[in-house]
Amino acid sequence: MPRVICTDAAGHTTTLEMREGWSVMQMALNKGLEGIEAICGGMLACATCHCYVDPAWISRLPAPSAEELQMLENVAAERRPGSRLSCQLYIDESLDGLPIQIPDRQL
Amino acid sequence: MDPIIIIGAGQAGVQIAESLRQDHYSGAILLLGAEAHGPYNRPPLSKKWLLERHDPAQLAIRSVEAIRRREIDLRLNCEVSAIDRAQQCVLLADGQRLRYAGLAITTGSKVRLLPGPPLKGVFGVRTLEDAQALAAAFEVCVASGAPLVVIGGGFIGLEVAATARKRGLEVIVLEGLSRLMSRVVAPIVSEAALRVHESHGVQLIFDVKVEGLIGRDGHVIGVRTVGGFEYPAGCVVVGIGVIPEDRLASAAGLSCERGIIVDACARTSDPKIVAAGDCTARRLADGTLLRLESVHNAIEQGKSAAAALLGRERPFTATPWFWSDQYDVKLQMVGLSHGYDQIITRGDLEKPAFSAFYYRSGRLIAVDSLSRIGDHMVARKLLDNGISPLPAQAADPAFELSSLLKAQGP
Repeated sequence: MPRVICTDAAGHTTTLEMREGWSVMQMALNKGLEGIEAICGGMLACATCHCYVDPAWISRLPAPSAEELQMLENVAAERRPGSRLSCQLYIDESLDGLPIQIPDRQL
Repeated sequence: MDPIIIIGAGQAGVQIAESLRQDHYSGAILLLGAEAHGPYNRPPLSKKWLLERHDPAQLAIRSVEAIRRREIDLRLNCEVSAIDRAQQCVLLADGQRLRYAGLAITTGSKVRLLPGPPLKGVFGVRTLEDAQALAAAFEVCVASGAPLVVIGGGFIGLEVAATARKRGLEVIVLEGLSRLMSRVVAPIVSEAALRVHESHGVQLIFDVKVEGLIGRDGHVIGVRTVGGFEYPAGCVVVGIGVIPEDRLASAAGLSCERGIIVDACARTSDPKIVAAGDCTARRLADGTLLRLESVHNAIEQGKSAAAALLGRERPFTATPWFWSDQYDVKLQMVGLSHGYDQIITRGDLEKPAFSAFYYRSGRLIAVDSLSRIGDHMVARKLLDNGISPLPAQAADPAFELSSLLKAQGP
């Protein structure tokens, strides 16, 4: 299964071994990753699972929905070109090794 | 040293445990969960999870391993039978006595059901098992063509109704009052929700009182209303509210009144005991009690409760927010609208994609948004910062509400 390489605000790196049908947010919660709050549990209602996808990879991901884009306008940390909500990120083998960064705050 | 014990491993309980660790508490933490699962997200249960039914592990707030890695002693299937405040002990159903240095009660709430003997095919939606059983009942209804009857036109009932329609069930909603979600939203929002549900083919009956369920061979086959009308049902969902689970606290002599009474810092009437989430009723500055049933409340009170256990004050000051998904409509609410004297709408009422701005004495107190995510997110910041747009600004679609935030500066 594909892996996602997460770096948190303090610079610690964790590798998420993805599972079929799981979002990056679900896997991050499962691993107990610091810095992903995901208050709404992945319902696209809170913008607290914000992450930065590496700019070199961002165009390889499916584009965000209109709803996700609206939520991204209101994330707590700085919004960057690679900003995504991890509850909307589902990755396959072609994205094995996807690097993401966790922002310093979600609220 | 004795541990901090947390009774209840839901959203509030896990928040307290993690906040204690984030606040550098290094003593022992016992997190006692009554269910067989580790902490999981309940909101999806009445929404998309009911249709998609992924691996239950995907609902986890944290995996059991991740919790235990933080040296939080999570115990599952752990039933607490009493709290002995004099001895500072928790008594477990299996006879164990556990001493505590500090205690947090996060026992949540239970679904209010109808009186009468239990019947198969009648569901509340609170636990993973409830949702699994309901999803299975949906399939039986799809096969037989028998309708789902939803008792109660509140959030849970309407979310289940929407999900059932997506699955192709015939759905009838019976509401005791004259409009939907009347406890929380204004008539203009209720009317928009009504149009959405009607356009999706839900039959909605108002001002109707349920007399009882009709059963055959132990399974529900219908709902009888006062006046003698009978609605046939393949299954029934009861969404008439929840009852705060305050029995342990109340038996231990803590002040309770439809919930464990806490102050803004989540402290109960016992200085060693805090409480958070659905099981609480918060005493406000004006003396009234406020009950909130939401994830946001569980998290904020959980943070306050953890601070209080460490002898600090972290009052709950954030504006409460809530959400509901029904079909493609995202209903998001921030603030408490009761007592409003003016409503301003922004957006398209027909679609519906609009927000209702509630004012009291000229000040913004709450905003309900239907598929207006941007409005909701800005409204949260406005209310948290005590900024009140003029009614004319709220009504003007060309006016950027977020400009009021920038004007104030960081």
